[in-house]
Amino acid sequence: MTMLDTPVTGPVKGPEGPDSHPDHHHESPTPIGFWIYLMSDCIIFGVLFATYAVLGYNYAGGPAPKDLFEADFVLIETALLLFSSITFGVAMLQAEAHRLDNALKWLVVTGLLGLGFIGMEIYEFHHLIHIGAGPDRSAFLSAFFVLVGTHGLHVTCGIIWLVTLMVQLRMHGLTSANMQRLSTLSMFWHFLDLIWIGVFSFVYLVRLI
Amino acid sequence: MLKPFKIPLMLLLAVSLSGCQYDVLHPSGWVAGQERNLLIISVLLMLIVILPVLFMAVYFPWKYRADRPETDDYDPTFTHSNKLEVLIWGVPVLIVIALGAFTWVYTHKLDPYRPLDLAHAGEPIEVEAVSLDWKWLFIYPEYGVASVNELAMPVNRPVNFRLTSSTVMNTLSIPALSGMVYSMPAMQTKIHMIADEVGTFAGRSAHYSGPGFSQMTFDAKSMTDADFDAWIAKAKTVDTPLTRASYLELEKPSIGNDVAFYSTVEDGLFDRIRNLCVGEGKVCMDQMMMVDMHGGGGLAGIKDKAAFEYDGQRAIDGFGNLMDAPGAGLIDGNDDTDANDKPDVDKNTRSAPAMEHN
Amino acid sequence: MSTEVVETTRETVSPIFGRLSLDWIPYHEPILIGTFLAIALGGLALLAVMTRYRLWVPFYKNWVITVDHKKIGIMYMVLGFIMMVRGFADALMMRAQQALAAGGAEGYLPPHHFDQVFTAHGVIMIFFVAMAFVTGIMNFVMPTQIGARDVAFPFLNNFSFWMTVAGALLVNVSLFIGEFARVGWLAFPPLSGASFSTGPGMDYYLWSLQIAGIGTTLSGINLIATIFKMRAPGMKMFDMPVFTWTALCTNILIVAAFPVLTATLTLLTLDRYLGTHFFTNDLGGNAMMYVNLIWIWGHPEVYILILPLFGVYSEIVATFSGKPLFGYKTMVWATCCIMVLSFLVWLHHFFTMGSGASVNTFFGITTMIISVPTGAKIFNWLFTMYKGRVRFEVPMLWTIGFIVTFTIGGMTGVMLAIPPVDFQLHNTLFLIAHFHNVIIGGVVFGVYAAVTYWWPKAFGFKLDDKWSKRTFWFWLTGFYLAFMPLYALGLMGATRRMAQYMDTGWQIYFIAAACGAVLILFGILSTFIGFAVSIKNRKALACGSDPWNARTLEWATQSPIQPYNFPQVIHVHGRDEFWHMKQTGFKWSTDYTPIHMPKSTATGALIALFALGFGFAMVWYIWWLAILSLFACIAIGIAHTFNYNRDYYIPVDEVAKTESKGATA
Repeated sequence: MTMLDTPVTGPVKGPEGPDSHPDHHHESPTPIGFWIYLMSDCIIFGVLFATYAVLGYNYAGGPAPKDLFEADFVLIETALLLFSSITFGVAMLQAEAHRLDNALKWLVVTGLLGLGFIGMEIYEFHHLIHIGAGPDRSAFLSAFFVLVGTHGLHVTCGIIWLVTLMVQLRMHGLTSANMQRLSTLSMFWHFLDLIWIGVFSFVYLVRLI
Repeated sequence: MLKPFKIPLMLLLAVSLSGCQYDVLHPSGWVAGQERNLLIISVLLMLIVILPVLFMAVYFPWKYRADRPETDDYDPTFTHSNKLEVLIWGVPVLIVIALGAFTWVYTHKLDPYRPLDLAHAGEPIEVEAVSLDWKWLFIYPEYGVASVNELAMPVNRPVNFRLTSSTVMNTLSIPALSGMVYSMPAMQTKIHMIADEVGTFAGRSAHYSGPGFSQMTFDAKSMTDADFDAWIAKAKTVDTPLTRASYLELEKPSIGNDVAFYSTVEDGLFDRIRNLCVGEGKVCMDQMMMVDMHGGGGLAGIKDKAAFEYDGQRAIDGFGNLMDAPGAGLIDGNDDTDANDKPDVDKNTRSAPAMEHN
Repeated sequence: MSTEVVETTRETVSPIFGRLSLDWIPYHEPILIGTFLAIALGGLALLAVMTRYRLWVPFYKNWVITVDHKKIGIMYMVLGFIMMVRGFADALMMRAQQALAAGGAEGYLPPHHFDQVFTAHGVIMIFFVAMAFVTGIMNFVMPTQIGARDVAFPFLNNFSFWMTVAGALLVNVSLFIGEFARVGWLAFPPLSGASFSTGPGMDYYLWSLQIAGIGTTLSGINLIATIFKMRAPGMKMFDMPVFTWTALCTNILIVAAFPVLTATLTLLTLDRYLGTHFFTNDLGGNAMMYVNLIWIWGHPEVYILILPLFGVYSEIVATFSGKPLFGYKTMVWATCCIMVLSFLVWLHHFFTMGSGASVNTFFGITTMIISVPTGAKIFNWLFTMYKGRVRFEVPMLWTIGFIVTFTIGGMTGVMLAIPPVDFQLHNTLFLIAHFHNVIIGGVVFGVYAAVTYWWPKAFGFKLDDKWSKRTFWFWLTGFYLAFMPLYALGLMGATRRMAQYMDTGWQIYFIAAACGAVLILFGILSTFIGFAVSIKNRKALACGSDPWNARTLEWATQSPIQPYNFPQVIHVHGRDEFWHMKQTGFKWSTDYTPIHMPKSTATGALIALFALGFGFAMVWYIWWLAILSLFACIAIGIAHTFNYNRDYYIPVDEVAKTESKGATA
């Protein structure tokens, strides 16, 4: 859905568009529009966090976080995502310095780190379901799978967006339209990082201590 | 507290008495009477501001119509007035403060969880009410009897209800005696009421609960102590015990059940119903919560899922028929959206009506 | 746990058709067959007419793929009126059933059907009638009030609209393929869970609301960004017309509340599809959590519906009293107060679920507090008329009808906010009468007021006065006849959602209510006759750009509004800008510049089409179709981002031509 937020009006110019014109008097609404979208997404996560807070101790005679989660594993997962935010930042700096190739390289690294994160999450989910601790075993596991899974789904969307944008950067270069898309995606990526810090502390860390 | 409202209150009472069917305005129990008083107080308080508004809403447009003979008083600069602002915020605030005070006092006084401590009331009796698909079960733990779709209570004695439900949410509603409270599965709620006069009052579930909802009614009979004892004695003569087994039979969906009695009730049945452990081999919810409080059942507990399952083992079609199919569940560890083991509607029972008159 | 049963039920889900089979076509229900035939014949006739007059291409080019906020606004209104007919048909069926089914009589609708009817009525009226109307009015009016060319994200606007249509279509598909939910409009679990709502009805409910909900949320984001970023130069926040202010607050509420609905319905969907335990009775689920979450969305939702109409009344009362709005700032702050407070009252919807006395008191008092800013608004409207010159045009009739009706509804609302009173009136017909009192008296009256007020702006001619007045009087009298008996029934202890009842003393009240519904039917018929008569007489009814002597910017440009809204950028100096422009003899300059415009695109409609396919496939467990549709949605969305050529310029001579034509017309 986030892919569709690209603006149609405003000063953003495609490759063929005219460069300036007297009819423009507004700055682009995209940053604020995307920011509002992120806030609404934040509320979805808020509901899922609240759900986890309410149901997180209802094990229904089944396993609890201590039985299922491993601190080391989650730490590596977290590190992957945090590093991907840093590499995205580097990519942004390269893009702003008009170094397309370098920017693309760092974006590839970002994408790979993201893939690594998703891979680890899929492994964890698969393992849990395999031992019978799937989302249907207890309310705690339902809340866990849906909160973490929703975040994972967002990261997956982010990766698809990243790949798409890399293709578009290759096609058109660092035009103002592409720069705007890049900074929008960067907002999204950092937002997911922030959410993950919440997931990491609230879902894993607190429950393992 | 009621003094300033005495005359209008009596006027309204006179109006409501003329139509005896207004259960809410002409109740037969102390609790409902208090609720009625509060309703009337609140209406009168609000009329202080509502009546002038209704008057102005009609008078202003007429008075200031564009084609009035004299338009000298047209004043397009009249767009702000501090005095009026104070009035239009101040008066409603005062009314809300007054209403809030009444609300505070009455909400605590009429809290459904609060046992009634009325001077004129006799000894309270206990009733455990269970909403089933689609009938009411009333258990009298002090007498060891139970009834279906009929509630008897001695007049002038408080009735202390504990409520729960077998599958979905309902409310216990006897408007002539008291407001309603929800009965919810796996939970317990309470309500206290008293009947001030002998009579038969309409009782029902007031929260939609499925195909048989409309027929989920019962008579609430308030009677003298002697009649109540006779009613208990009559219940004891039927010789059908309410055991876990017969409860499971009763619990099956049915619509429009006749009144029925149970002569004895198995100990702790209500708590088992509330804890979803009437069925054989089920772990009670309170036990489960104890285990969970101590960190759950660990990895070893994974395989015990069936002992905690309840909803998944019953399914009801759109006509109120029981379908013998378990509910949704994951298949072979795939958490994508392809869990296609949902029960389908049983083709044979789909068009069959579910009326089951006992 | 009998595993063999699992095996037998699994087999009924076919890999190609899912659980869809011919048994699910309700050919044994004469009412549905009749409806289907009527709709099919009507549809065929429409198709024939469109083909005969070669309307397909213009329809596609001018409407389906348009990103013009005015056309999208008009399409929302059309959707609202069509769905109102559907929702009202449900209402008539309910009134007829309850007028008949007294004292053991069964009426003509068995519970299985009746329960679907009241669920569909609530869902359709809230999500696809009231929401469609409100979004449509905001879309059409708000950008023109702030002097903008279009909304911030025109493509997104088109996409939001078609997603709403997809949701509406899915609800209507349930009429002829399968069934709809039988759970009441908010679908409380456990009743709406997998075990107690078997069959596809509940799934239709979930997927149609989810698909439409995406559209609503995105449209909320879009309109907020529009108000923040697209205002004409010089227009400060406190220069904005009150309608724009209410639109802003409404959209903030949408963006804050609809994600809660999305998340909550997702959890319920997972309970039904994957066997999770969020709201089940067993394995640690908590149904009360659903009740809390759904009302955390649900209470703001009623303010989402009413706030824009408060804005509409504010514009109308100022225009037709010939005065600026009394207490503009009070009005704005009252709106903001309501916006914030609406998130602090949700528990008053379930005082009866056993909360403690102090919790109940808290939420009761917060609810009463909301009535204070609402009351302040009513006083402001009254004092706008005071010392004014009130013209009794039709929009003003609706406004006066609203003030009287809404005040009564507000009073019964505060009664319900007092917990001990609510113990008696909760879930009774008194509650039904109350919320219809505020929704019909507030929202529906406001929509009619808005339609008659802005119709000339949209089409260049006024609505026929006689039929508009008939519509008003039918609705007003119909409302009182239909719902005052329900207040009385509530005080007798009559419960909502009963397919049958025993007390024959109630029947006369139900019959009166049914008569009221028939009057409302005449009101709805008058509406459509009025539209038809007005369109036929459009030459005689033609009016200039400012037929009401109004005060805000949308009346400064020609009617119907050209695609670019304003030939030049307007510089705003204060409140009621157009009124001041008129005082100083404003005229548009003929010195035009090329105007920058967004291009139309079919992407939105296409994605919505596949979203509809996805919803249908999910309802029926047709997994291959679900995966394909979802994949198509994503692929089309991505493909759209490869299109950088999204805007164009209207050349100067074309602007000059349309403007000179508008001046002579």
